[in-house]
Amino acid sequence: MMFAVHFPYWAQSLLRVLGGLVAVLLPAGTIVYLFLFKMMSFMQSRLGPMEAGPYGSMQLFAEVGKWLQKEDIMPEKADHSIFKIAPLIVLASTFLLVAVVPFGPDAFFTNFETGVFYALAVSSVSVLGILIAGWSSANKYSLLGGLRAAGQLIAYELPMVLAVVGVVIQAGTMNMQQIVVAQNAGEIFGWSGLGNPYILTQFIGFAVFMIAVQAELTQAPFDMPVAESELVSGYMTEYSGFRFLIFFIAEFATAGVFALIASVLFLGGWGIPFSWFGWNNIDQIDNWMNIVGPLIMFTKMMGLVFLIMWIRFSYPRFREDQLQRFAWKVLIPVSLGNIMLTAVLKVVF
Amino acid sequence: MLAETLVAQNISFGIIATVMVVGAIRVVTSKNVVHAALWLVCVLAGAAAQYLLVYAEFVAITQILVYVGAVMVLFLFGVMLTRARIGNENDLNNKNWALGIPVALTMFAAMAIASTAVRIDTQAVSDAIFKPYLLPFWALSFVLLVAVIGAIVLARKD
Repeated sequence: MMFAVHFPYWAQSLLRVLGGLVAVLLPAGTIVYLFLFKMMSFMQSRLGPMEAGPYGSMQLFAEVGKWLQKEDIMPEKADHSIFKIAPLIVLASTFLLVAVVPFGPDAFFTNFETGVFYALAVSSVSVLGILIAGWSSANKYSLLGGLRAAGQLIAYELPMVLAVVGVVIQAGTMNMQQIVVAQNAGEIFGWSGLGNPYILTQFIGFAVFMIAVQAELTQAPFDMPVAESELVSGYMTEYSGFRFLIFFIAEFATAGVFALIASVLFLGGWGIPFSWFGWNNIDQIDNWMNIVGPLIMFTKMMGLVFLIMWIRFSYPRFREDQLQRFAWKVLIPVSLGNIMLTAVLKVVF
Repeated sequence: MLAETLVAQNISFGIIATVMVVGAIRVVTSKNVVHAALWLVCVLAGAAAQYLLVYAEFVAITQILVYVGAVMVLFLFGVMLTRARIGNENDLNNKNWALGIPVALTMFAAMAIASTAVRIDTQAVSDAIFKPYLLPFWALSFVLLVAVIGAIVLARKD
């Protein structure tokens, strides 16, 4: 982040950490309340939580309070130190992921040249946490859940990476800030009223990316690793109290962060079409975009998470073999075709 | 570059290096396969952090993607599918372990000499690989692909 006033190094670092906390926890809380509590209830013709606070809006604080009070239970035969570390690794991956998301022309944590690559790399770290959570619980269901989760996350990481390659080819850069600029400064056949959000040209990439995100988050219909009717709750079976809370926060915070990344890659990120205000490049953008940009990002994120949750609440679970076959035999060939097509069109135009 | 950033860099280097050394020792002394693997993750992630400190972000990210995200996950996956038990095991040491010491020392000497003699950045390395040595690079990738397909053919019973 750059500041109008100069802050000393420690103060900048502190502000970055606080900003990261807000960027992770605020979306997570909103997603859980709006979608998990309310939207799911409405889809099932019930009201959802109504007692805590007006319209049940304080329910989440009550839930967190409950989780924090619970006894810290660990299986006697479990590998205790690893059992404790595992949820933290999963949460750490979420925090690392949010570090590259740009929220405005100057409102970013870091501006890596290879931002997209970084995001894909650190998102794969959470697999490690899930694997060792399943192993260290000393429980067959947990181990099965952990192994299934690892197999699934590895399988769906590939189409995700390949879907992003299309965007990278079209934008000609891996820097997330420049991908945003490229979309908002772009034009569709000479008309610049909308910019050129890549969801139009990379629609296949967008669809593959969102399906892969759904699987990476182990949301239904891809929730085989936590399939409650056969594995209790997979790698999380032995976790309770605040350790479960960490897994829970990580799940929904990661949903939020992946939605943020998808909005940067396909929906134009924090930007509005530059032609509206006569901007040509990133230096001409007015400072107020640093306030409006995060709000635009938040709106787009909520839209995408709505999509993820809508699918989650609507479709039945894939079987394990269907799930693997879908990744390897449908998504990967489709996204490879998309890369070919994008590369050819990039050379032609 | 700000002087205060340099101080932070040096302090971080010291901390990460200490963690890496302790981690590397624990990899070989730990009595549980999964613990050893996790200490190895510690060392590899530490290397990535060191790359970041010298502004080699691409190398750092590749290190995370390849070693932490793929190699170690596959390793743990394999170990957990087959033999990983919770608790200590005593037969983890190979009887030829002492041979590793001279090999490690030779490697260290060679790398120390090489890295102090030549200084070259990531971009120059990639230029060298993808310009004059592009054809050998392709050939190598092709050999790897053949090896992977061969492994699948050998492993499949049907």
